[in-house]
Amino acid sequence: MVDHSIVAAAGTMAAATDGDRSRRARFVILLLCLGLVVAVLLSLTSGASDASPIGVISDWLFGAVPGDPALSARDRLIVYDIRLPRVILGVLIGAALAVSGAVMQGLFRNPLADPGLIGVSAGSSLGAVAVIVLGATVLAPLTLAFGTLALPLAAFCGGLATTLLLYQVATRQGRTSVATMLLAGIALAALAMALTGILIFMADDRQLRDLTFWQLGSLAGATWQKIGSVGPVIVLALAAMPFLARGLNALALGEATAGHLGIPVQRLKYTAIVGVSAAVGASVAVSGGIGFVGIVVPHLLRLLIGPDNRYLLPASALLGASLLLLADAVARTIVAPAELPIGIVTAVAGAPFFLWILLRKRGVIDL
Amino acid sequence: MIEARDVSVAIAGKPIVTGVDFDARPGEVAAIVGPNGSGKTTFLRALSGELAYTGRVALNGRDMSAMRPVEAATQRAVLPQATTLSFPFTVREVVKLGLVGGRSGVLPGEDARLPERALARVDLEGFAGRFYQELSGGEQQRVQLARVLCQVWAPVLDGKPRYLFLDEPVSSLDIKHQLIIMNIARDFARRGGSVIAILHDLNLTAMYADRIHVMHRGRLAAAGAPQDVLSDELIEKVFDCRLRVGVLPAGNVPFVLPQSAA
Repeated sequence: MVDHSIVAAAGTMAAATDGDRSRRARFVILLLCLGLVVAVLLSLTSGASDASPIGVISDWLFGAVPGDPALSARDRLIVYDIRLPRVILGVLIGAALAVSGAVMQGLFRNPLADPGLIGVSAGSSLGAVAVIVLGATVLAPLTLAFGTLALPLAAFCGGLATTLLLYQVATRQGRTSVATMLLAGIALAALAMALTGILIFMADDRQLRDLTFWQLGSLAGATWQKIGSVGPVIVLALAAMPFLARGLNALALGEATAGHLGIPVQRLKYTAIVGVSAAVGASVAVSGGIGFVGIVVPHLLRLLIGPDNRYLLPASALLGASLLLLADAVARTIVAPAELPIGIVTAVAGAPFFLWILLRKRGVIDL
Repeated sequence: MIEARDVSVAIAGKPIVTGVDFDARPGEVAAIVGPNGSGKTTFLRALSGELAYTGRVALNGRDMSAMRPVEAATQRAVLPQATTLSFPFTVREVVKLGLVGGRSGVLPGEDARLPERALARVDLEGFAGRFYQELSGGEQQRVQLARVLCQVWAPVLDGKPRYLFLDEPVSSLDIKHQLIIMNIARDFARRGGSVIAILHDLNLTAMYADRIHVMHRGRLAAAGAPQDVLSDELIEKVFDCRLRVGVLPAGNVPFVLPQSAA
């Protein structure tokens, strides 16, 4: 019997020597798809109630067979109304954060750009907090007009404003200075956090409880209603990203050269900024700040399949989704029956990884 | 052909290029020479649509400023002085980027083989699997040229000539590769395309250029065939350097001219 994985691996090695990593990339994406399926099943079946994976699959495929119910009524409730929304939200947000990171890195032509690091998430938080605190008073027209969409919308606007400002500050004649970008990001994040602080200061007790719950960064509050309000935004933003892949590849040569190659650079940049702001804003609106997914995932994948965004973006979506589900599983179980905010898990795992990237790149990244 | 009339460029209010008239004809290599800071690169960047200019530039009879990026990309390819990459692309991946927006002009099935062919042309056969960042400056410059060649592989497309804009294509190359690259440029022109090249080596310019445009302080100081343009007076005036054309060194000082290449 032929071992297909060995054949495929040999094929990718041969491909690597002629500089064509597209076959390897497709193979990795296939593996990541399988990985995501496994992560989803694990998330659906792990927890206080031990529904078996086979039970969940057969129940989903065939429904409950009379006389031989694959899942008990209690398990069905847990799996479909508690775990499934949480898993879907985890997949959406993990994919959104990882792809946003990859797109921002392509846009800024820098492997260190990340929505969390350079203040985009802080801007989104400001928008979200503004709606939570001022939703009944100053921003009442907004909440009236958009209902449950007001929160993600405000988070989107906050993220968009930060990204646009950052781009204006850090880019001169098509060149983005990394030092300026990181420092401007720190300044903008500090400003957004200070304004958020003022809002929190103004909040009453009920709002404070909402805020604290939200700010910790968690998938715990996942409901079908939340998925309904932010899911379409994230799906739409993610669906737009593949159209940016070729342009982002050309952008690696610089803005001028990308233009010479026939890429409408301005349109590309604004689409990318709006898409990233929408995806990050929607994620922040439901789950608070979950850091480091956007920087760790694309970086790992670039080591594996190279920087071609046509493969990097879908691969990032898959790995981001899987890793966030994994982090959520850790968050749910490590201090059971209590639950750790998922933002803490991603930071504990991601921050050392980020330092490792910096150490590896010392002398390569020109600040 | 490319007709530029009365082209001026100002950057931050400071005039860099003033009133330049310039023609690039199919079948010809047009060289732009001049001292550092004379506005050569700025003029080429205006021609390639990168900088705003006043005046008129027509490419194959069409107004340049009205062209969309993808239209311009099918008509001309641009080689910048140096290109840094922010991510670890392989050489093959970089060269393939030449095919991202324009039309190479080869048959559809042949596009996949084009990166290898382009690399072979610039004497980088077997480099496809190497990482761009690991190459020397001269090798990187040749990889970029291979990418540019992919973009306009056929010098004539739909009966219209296409253009290569080369900003100091041989500045970081050894003499063998200078000759290889200049021969590629000449061959592109001879097959019906047109080449605009900024050059510093006057001997190489005299050898390969059909027309020389001399820039001086943002203006066109002279234009014409090499034998008409390269004079003692012009070189002294433009380069501020007393040199004499066609004079051999005294005694037995060795000198090597590209013209002696077999």
